[in-house]
Amino acid sequence: MEEQFAKTEIHKPENIVYKKTDLMVDRPLSYCPGCGHGTAHRMLMEVIEEMGIQDKTIGVSPVGCSVLAYDFLDIDMIGAAHGRAPALATAIKRMWPNHFVFTYQGDGDLAAIGTAETIHACNRGENITIIFINNGIYGMTGGQMAPTTLPGMRSSTSPYGRDVPTMGHPLKITELVAQLPGVYYVTRQAVHTPNNVRKTKKAIRKAFELQKENKGLSFIEIVSNCNSGWKMTPVQSNKWMEENMFPFYELGDIKVDGKLVEKKATAEKE
Amino acid sequence: MGELRLMKGNEAVAEAAIRAGCDGYFGYPITPQSEVMEYLMAEKPFERTGMVVLQAESEVAAINMLYGGAGTGKMVMTSSSSPGVSLMQEGISYMAGAELPAVIVNIVRGGPGLGTIQPSQADYFQAVKGGGHGDYKMLVLAPASVQEMCDHVKLGFEKAYQYRTPVMILSDGAIGQMMEKVVLFDQVPRRTDAELIEQCPWASNGRPKTRNHNIITSLDLDPAGQERVNLKLQAKYKVMEQNEVLYEEIQCEDAEYLFVAFGLSARICQKAIDMARAKGIKVGLFRPITLYPFPSIEVSNVGNRVKGILVVEMNAGQMIEDVKLSVGCKVKIEHFGRFGGIIPAPDEVVRALEQKIIGG
Repeated sequence: MEEQFAKTEIHKPENIVYKKTDLMVDRPLSYCPGCGHGTAHRMLMEVIEEMGIQDKTIGVSPVGCSVLAYDFLDIDMIGAAHGRAPALATAIKRMWPNHFVFTYQGDGDLAAIGTAETIHACNRGENITIIFINNGIYGMTGGQMAPTTLPGMRSSTSPYGRDVPTMGHPLKITELVAQLPGVYYVTRQAVHTPNNVRKTKKAIRKAFELQKENKGLSFIEIVSNCNSGWKMTPVQSNKWMEENMFPFYELGDIKVDGKLVEKKATAEKE
Repeated sequence: MGELRLMKGNEAVAEAAIRAGCDGYFGYPITPQSEVMEYLMAEKPFERTGMVVLQAESEVAAINMLYGGAGTGKMVMTSSSSPGVSLMQEGISYMAGAELPAVIVNIVRGGPGLGTIQPSQADYFQAVKGGGHGDYKMLVLAPASVQEMCDHVKLGFEKAYQYRTPVMILSDGAIGQMMEKVVLFDQVPRRTDAELIEQCPWASNGRPKTRNHNIITSLDLDPAGQERVNLKLQAKYKVMEQNEVLYEEIQCEDAEYLFVAFGLSARICQKAIDMARAKGIKVGLFRPITLYPFPSIEVSNVGNRVKGILVVEMNAGQMIEDVKLSVGCKVKIEHFGRFGGIIPAPDEVVRALEQKIIGG
């Protein structure tokens, strides 16, 4: 299916300074230009390629913008019903204990409709990796309010901004699952700058290494943008994310080696 | 000859799953089927055969665990009762759409809503007409004894893999709870990973360099593509309808009247036949064993030889629709049902035959 480009003179090994991982399928991504999903996908595939575990990895894709993730990732995958990815991953890992199993889920999928499956997979300490993309909105369905939408943040179902007394608080599910003894590693990262991309890749690598050692569940939140849903340019959306999302969803490790990371005294700004 | 034991229907289902070489059971407690998981946990199949048993956080999680396990080619089973099976409908639809093999056991109780914990057959429509969203069917087996509870698990797995389809065993709280002698089939070894990969080249269990990546999904956003998916499913159902019909005829040779009943109702009708024949009423029983595919031609053949048909069900009249569609309108067809958890007595059934069919 994937057509190989004709090799030209330029395509000599000695000229290569950077190469896209072979585990990304050569087809256009379905994501909006400026969206963080593509970068998150690539980091995940780079880790799997570098660890040489393509033949031992089973991924579970969600419902949401990344519903078609299996079209872009050249690994075996199963598309879950909305919110149920951790249940699928639980069974897959239990029956293929030597394989690497991950879920890739958005905020509506993981923190609203799939809350029960998320909490219980985490609490059982399933030896899987959950990759959680939090952009504070339902992107796929056209920008509705998500469980993680910030107070005052506009969406198509909170057109005047999220009104906390009537619409509830944004859910910090990552801090919530970090409390559970079955969860071994929890971190919150981003993919909007080269530095953040490097850190995210390192976190994914760490999670997969921990899975190899049967340490329990690893939970990686990636705070990302949704320039289409937020109705901004990609550049504006990244700036808005830094100014509004990061103070609420603070980047950095939350739980390492099964122990909660102590908060800096000034860190919590809400 | 296999091992002879006295068992509850629910226990027979659990033991049969272990012996059939099942790889994983995922369930959630609900009366009147909780003995399935209780038996499995006590029996430790993870030590006997390596089978995984996991108590899920809900029926929703259980059916999606089934979906995940089946997507990797593993032989998986769940069991529940009516309200729980309602919760599973979304997952069953996904599995039918993604063409995944699995066995789902429904030990039916009375409804609607929380209903009752007593036996019922009121989930016939849900089981045979789809239940979840979209155009799909699944093979539905209706055991009428503890022996069949055992045998249908093995048969169900065979058919699930043959057709890549979920299979439902539609039983009820009485057959699940009652004890009968059962001849257990011998242990079938669980498949090795290599055997599984050979049997299920479609399964998502790790992409080797030698093939493209396998994707398990029921999604096709292109209408033409999704129509092709539907046409493929319908073609599969046609083959099932031609080849997988199971039924039983009891004392139909000289019958002037006919009971049509499945599961527990068929057992009651057997006693009713004896009582009616003692009175000189020549009545027989047609028992569909597969509810989907429904034995339409077969029930029509018998039904059109008799003067009248009484469809006996523990519901308000569900299978009777399929009987009427099959037999046509030349023969009188009436329904007798008790519901809400009440099991009809054989003499009630005979009385109904006399009043609704013979005298009516």
